[in-house]
Amino acid sequence: MARVKFLCDADRCIECNACVTACKNEHEVPWGINRRRVVTINDGKPGERSVSMACMHCTDAPCAAVCPVSCFYTTADGVVLHSKDLCIGCGYCFYACPFGAPQYPKVGNFGSRGKMDKCTYCAGGPEADSTPAEYAKYGANRLAEGKLPICAEMCSTKSLLAGDGAIIAEIYKERVMKRGYGSGMWGWKTAYADSPTG
Amino acid sequence: MPGSLSNFKFAGFKALLAAFALLLVFAQPAAAQLSFKPTAEAVQEDKLLNALKEGDKISGRISIPDKNAANLIQPAGRDWRDFHRSKLPWIGGVAILGMVALLALFMMVRGRIRVHKGFSGKTILRFASFERFTHWLTASCFIILALSGLNVSFGRTLILPLFGADAFAAMSAWAKLAHNYLAFPFMLGVAIMFLIWIKDNIPGRLDIEWIKQGGGLFSHGKHVPAKRFNAGQKGIFWIVVIGGALMSVSGWFLLFPYLPGNVTILQFWTVIHAVIAMLFIAAMLAHIYIGSIGMEGAFDAMGTGEVDLNWAKEHHALWVEEQQKKAGAPSDRTPHAVPAE
Repeated sequence: MARVKFLCDADRCIECNACVTACKNEHEVPWGINRRRVVTINDGKPGERSVSMACMHCTDAPCAAVCPVSCFYTTADGVVLHSKDLCIGCGYCFYACPFGAPQYPKVGNFGSRGKMDKCTYCAGGPEADSTPAEYAKYGANRLAEGKLPICAEMCSTKSLLAGDGAIIAEIYKERVMKRGYGSGMWGWKTAYADSPTG
Repeated sequence: MPGSLSNFKFAGFKALLAAFALLLVFAQPAAAQLSFKPTAEAVQEDKLLNALKEGDKISGRISIPDKNAANLIQPAGRDWRDFHRSKLPWIGGVAILGMVALLALFMMVRGRIRVHKGFSGKTILRFASFERFTHWLTASCFIILALSGLNVSFGRTLILPLFGADAFAAMSAWAKLAHNYLAFPFMLGVAIMFLIWIKDNIPGRLDIEWIKQGGGLFSHGKHVPAKRFNAGQKGIFWIVVIGGALMSVSGWFLLFPYLPGNVTILQFWTVIHAVIAMLFIAAMLAHIYIGSIGMEGAFDAMGTGEVDLNWAKEHHALWVEEQQKKAGAPSDRTPHAVPAE
């Protein structure tokens, strides 16, 4: 099985935010929650770069490590998913996540946290694949249909890559070799540092 | 494809490019300060990560409304994870199990602290009904808060395997709700206790003597004179007030996570909340022990509110004198001894 990952080639990202919009539309993500976002570093200065970031589906995921009800699981493809039936909305995954991926709808009297929502790598949740129940909680399951995450598939500059980690890393390295520069595989060191496959 | 570039259709274009490149080479001295080197200029993730100080984040500008999303990478999350998975179980385990072991040892060595002269059969009012109500309001909230809090820290390891994921998650969801809502009566209880008992809990000269003699805890029948509260009880009072205040402040930020709105601040308060909670629980175990099985006659103070006169004379000699003087005659029973309100 492939170990799927995300890779954002910041030297190609034009901050069009299409990945953000496509994600929200594909999964009907509630208002106030962004599973993916584009952050611009050094805005307006020389060397400015934009990076599209979502859950990186870490190896040895911190969210899974700290969850008090153990609601996370990693699929055979290396996608980190969670069960909204088990989630109690405590916020621990948000504290531990290096990428700010987990988000919570504001519910209840204090506007406290509801069930956590995050990028699913377009792979749904623990429910049966492509069922209405799965869609309502986690959004579309494109992986079950043999498609890649929508954000990467429709990226106009092919800055955002999704797929087998080894292949997309190779594509990125070829690009860097060819053009002679690269600002790095953003988040990889943090997300996959302990990974045996790099 | 690179091959398609060498297509003859592009020959003219290539020539133009070559000319342009030549121009650049000749213009080199003048263009030196204008030349743009993407390698040197581009933001490098490695450099940014290496330059980060502890607790810092790599952040930038974002065009969606949620400004917290402007944080791109916050490596501090890993330290927080390490704290929760590796350090906190040790802090909690040592504090709580250590206290249980200490109390068990104390019980074996010292046994139950008896009323030396035996029960007199006459009682004196120690805590009025409002005081007892406040105590039990706070205490019952504390017990549920402590258990539901410990469930968050240790439940996954200790309880989840017993009941399975679904039942445990359902229970934890209710426990979280209880934790959130009972926080408010708990905070109220601590605040009232602070107001009604502060006047009797100011440290004084007598307390030094009490501490010097170890509170008479290890000497049978020997008692250190004390007013309404001895140094040990004052200690419990201040642990509850200060611990309760810290739990309230830190808990307030966790109850309203959108108040501080910054993950680093929230991480800090969760650490404070967890560490103080463990120490608080350990201290309260000692309080519960000495107020129930650890000492004969002690529970009545918070039970019926009336303690045996001999118990009172042994533990709070100066307070009994004061109360009897207040009541006028040195009667055996002082029905209106403590008008707390």
